Amino acid sequence: MSTTPKASRSQTIHWLGSIGVIALMTVAGYAALFVAPEERSMGLIQRIFYFHATSGMTAFVAFFLCFIGNILYIVKRESRWDWLAVSSAEVGVAFNTVVLVTGPIWARPVWGIWWTWDARLTSTFVLWLLYISFLLLRTLVDDSNRRAVVSAVFGIFAFLDVPLVYMSIRWWRTQHPQPVLFGGPGSGLDPQMRAVFYTCWVALLGLMTLLIRQRYRLEALRHEVQELRVQVETQ
Amino acid sequence: MNLARGARIILAKELRTEFRARELLSTTIVFVLLVIVLFSFTFDPTSAESRRFGPGLLWLAFLFAGSLMLQPSFLREQSNDTLASLRMAPIEPFAIFLGKIAANLFFMLLAELFLLPVFAVLYNVSIVPVFGSLTLVLFLGTLGVATVGTVLSAISVHARMRELMLPLLLLPALTPVLVASAEVTAGLMAQPPVLNTEGLLLLVIFDVVFLTAAWLVAEYLLEE
Repeated sequence: MSTTPKASRSQTIHWLGSIGVIALMTVAGYAALFVAPEERSMGLIQRIFYFHATSGMTAFVAFFLCFIGNILYIVKRESRWDWLAVSSAEVGVAFNTVVLVTGPIWARPVWGIWWTWDARLTSTFVLWLLYISFLLLRTLVDDSNRRAVVSAVFGIFAFLDVPLVYMSIRWWRTQHPQPVLFGGPGSGLDPQMRAVFYTCWVALLGLMTLLIRQRYRLEALRHEVQELRVQVETQ
Repeated sequence: MNLARGARIILAKELRTEFRARELLSTTIVFVLLVIVLFSFTFDPTSAESRRFGPGLLWLAFLFAGSLMLQPSFLREQSNDTLASLRMAPIEPFAIFLGKIAANLFFMLLAELFLLPVFAVLYNVSIVPVFGSLTLVLFLGTLGVATVGTVLSAISVHARMRELMLPLLLLPALTPVLVASAEVTAGLMAQPPVLNTEGLLLLVIFDVVFLTAAWLVAEYLLEE
């Protein structure tokens, strides 16, 4: 590793960030398991909610970052926006996978079934499929500029599709619990549960930032290698 | 040259190409027919159940057909090396897309209008009293398929395994069209028929959103 001031500062940020995120995740895990009060009807299994719902919100933030990256790439044509888009799409898919795995684990004891074709479950699944397609498309286009443009366009289409997917599937009967945060009257969390919930979300957002940053640097290095290779070959 | 005129010229070119070759329509119609017949083997199509499942199957068949039928839209231009000349033509990039969307809409609607009576006979549903509303659903739903499909076919031509890539990109993106069209069609085929305006509204929103998006991204997709 070279030791230019910029590289060493980036290393410092990386180490400090990693330590911070590990500490936050430990606190959040502890809080979700031991600090939060036990939910009356669902019992222990309800605690998965602190990571299930927050992973969903984090995935959505990542996909939004991907959308921003797509738009900025189309407008500005700077590779770094394409790197942001692919990094956040991959991290978003990872968090989305967590949602799809933890959901059924919770649903089995509470609803008695693993899966139901309800609006939120189904739209989360379709969202996951859309971004899997986005990542697949990227692996199948060879030219890097072309790849950036076409995947940016597909990413924009995919993100615009999300509210429409949700609206269309909402016609089907909804079994998913109503939103407990920002819901209507009658919804809401115990203050302590709310505090744990937000701690978990902040921890996951930190993890997301760390992962996206690492993935972004990997993409930048790949780009550099590619450019150096071209330089060597032309000499 | 204005947008409408450019699009009309592209539309005329697409129609001329198809009516000379006559390959797209015939293959699509046979394909959908096959899917409808094969579906009927998996359950009893004359039962009351078919009123519930039939419309969904019909739209699924249309969507699969669309994902195959929209393939040549840009592939043909690429393999014949005519994309460069299209790009050089003194028309707006969106006119090229609009012309192709209109042509694809026309071909798909033609195939659907031919297949609808066949479906009604095979699945024992009555479509005559609600034919007008059905045509409206077919138009709105197919416009959504054609718009998104044409743009995505301009994307998939650049990918390896492009024949597989277009369905992979298109089908999840068309979930709202599939759900809304199938719901509205099922309502119309029920006894007594009901017109689900909420579904029609969703189709209109989908069409407007993606036509606008296509207009915004058209020039970037045609870059060298």
